Amino acid sequence: MSANEIIIDVLKKKARQFRKEILEIITEAGSGHPGGSLSCVEILISLYYYKMKHKPDNPNWPVRDRFIMSKGHASPALYVTLADCGYFPKEELKTFRKLGSRLQGHVHIGVPGVELSTGSLGQGLSVANGIALGARIRKANFNVYCLLGDGEIQEGQVWEAAMTAAHHKLDNICAILDCNKVQENGPVAEIKNEEPIADKWRDFGWHVIEIDGHDFKELIPALDEFDRVKGKPTFILAHTVKGKGVSFMEGNAKWHGKAPKNEELALALRELD
Amino acid sequence: MMQMKATRDAFGETLVELGRKNRKIVVLSGDLEDSTRAEYFKKEFPERFFNLGIAEQDILGTAVGLSLDGLIPFACSFAVFLTNQGYGVLRISICYNKRNVKVIGSHAGLTVGPDGATAQCLEDFAITRVLPNIITISPVDAIETEKATRAMVDICGPVYMRLGRAPFPIITKDSDPFVVGKANILREGKDLTIVATGLLVSESLKAADVLAKENIETRVINMHTIKPIDQEAIIQAAKETKAIVTAEEHQINGGLGSAVAEVLGKNVPVPVEMVAVKDTFGESGDEEGLLKKYHLKDVDIVDAARRALERK
Repeated sequence: MSANEIIIDVLKKKARQFRKEILEIITEAGSGHPGGSLSCVEILISLYYYKMKHKPDNPNWPVRDRFIMSKGHASPALYVTLADCGYFPKEELKTFRKLGSRLQGHVHIGVPGVELSTGSLGQGLSVANGIALGARIRKANFNVYCLLGDGEIQEGQVWEAAMTAAHHKLDNICAILDCNKVQENGPVAEIKNEEPIADKWRDFGWHVIEIDGHDFKELIPALDEFDRVKGKPTFILAHTVKGKGVSFMEGNAKWHGKAPKNEELALALRELD
Repeated sequence: MMQMKATRDAFGETLVELGRKNRKIVVLSGDLEDSTRAEYFKKEFPERFFNLGIAEQDILGTAVGLSLDGLIPFACSFAVFLTNQGYGVLRISICYNKRNVKVIGSHAGLTVGPDGATAQCLEDFAITRVLPNIITISPVDAIETEKATRAMVDICGPVYMRLGRAPFPIITKDSDPFVVGKANILREGKDLTIVATGLLVSESLKAADVLAKENIETRVINMHTIKPIDQEAIIQAAKETKAIVTAEEHQINGGLGSAVAEVLGKNVPVPVEMVAVKDTFGESGDEEGLLKKYHLKDVDIVDAARRALERK
């Protein structure tokens, strides 16, 4: 194996581990959003273990790259990633969604490493733009990444923000769409068709890169391409599978916001081994 | 003749002055900087000014992003658009996240005038009062607006300030104290207290003059901070004068009157009469005509005072 292949193998192992942990904490909590958490695992790993400069022992490091999780219901995926990076003890993951915990049901600013509380869909990209604009004003050199859901982009504010980023030529911002094709009550295409998504963002003035959002060999070059794009924001359209990695959850809207029972968890963990 | 000046004018002038001293101040506008007077800042500091177009949710969200790295954003537009269209962002991105964002809503109240109901914000107090972490300020005149604008820069957290389009009578002095959350007594009295905010404070002072002719001594309180409300001033007024009238250019539900009644109900139940817009939308018209038609004039406050006194 080449060095690159070895690294990708390590990342793949991490993805399997994260998927298990995501399902474990949702099961322990008795509620949560497995589908959209499982779909963004490779995206988060590519950001936190490859692309972003950040220091888990110094979450407020001024020149860190910023990450805004606009699809705040996928909090388990982010919490598991942050804990694995060392932002807080893994032990704390058990407190997810419990009374008094920092690990609130939706992504919460009280958690080390989290920049913004989210959960009301559609709000994150505007905030990411604001950080990017602020960096420009202060001549600070860092990038801002924002993860959106494909159900989420039905919110009008996303398109207000899309116009703002392009108008202000924010080339320090990279929006990533976790395009898992399924929302709470069924397929996105049936509920409110968004296609052609890539054309829409291109028409809004973004540099669009379309990839398989589960393939590190596509994610990594896409994130590197963003670095080279000047004068416009970058949109990575990452095609993913809702509930990825668990046969009975994949593509199934039922698993958007439901916790597995213990037997279902056991079944899922076996599949992920 | 009383001197007049719009609170939005005072805000625009103060903001540009603050901008000279404090490089962290940045201003966002919803394509209404000509109206909100944020354009004074734009002219002097174009690199710290952003007209984000007609997109209030995006404006408030972008302001949050700017605040995350220590800048002090002022988001300026009409009160009605920021608090109504922008409500979800105000709630989560700003208030839940405790962001240091200053939300400046101009053209509040009926006195926007001919633009009519869609532009007349009559619910901003109610909307901001139910949100944790935010401070709501409603300055009485241009001088107080200047003080409030300066004060909010020193507060780390969300602040909403309501401004008016029309010139307001100048009734305070440069030397008067201004402390956020601390009401100012403008006139002493032992028979009755009027708790008013914004433009209705000057109407209340006129009403107190009328009542004085009937030997009714009226205390007038300028409640410039709607949230947190100055409970102490309200409780003291209720104990000492035993009847309260509230007066505001806002819906009768959820505004200053409600805030005062909540304090009284819990502490010193005394008769309360509310002068406010009575659960109806406004309409086009001249300022004076609107205030008369919707019963927000000095005579209406006098009537309310009489009712409160009868119930004593």
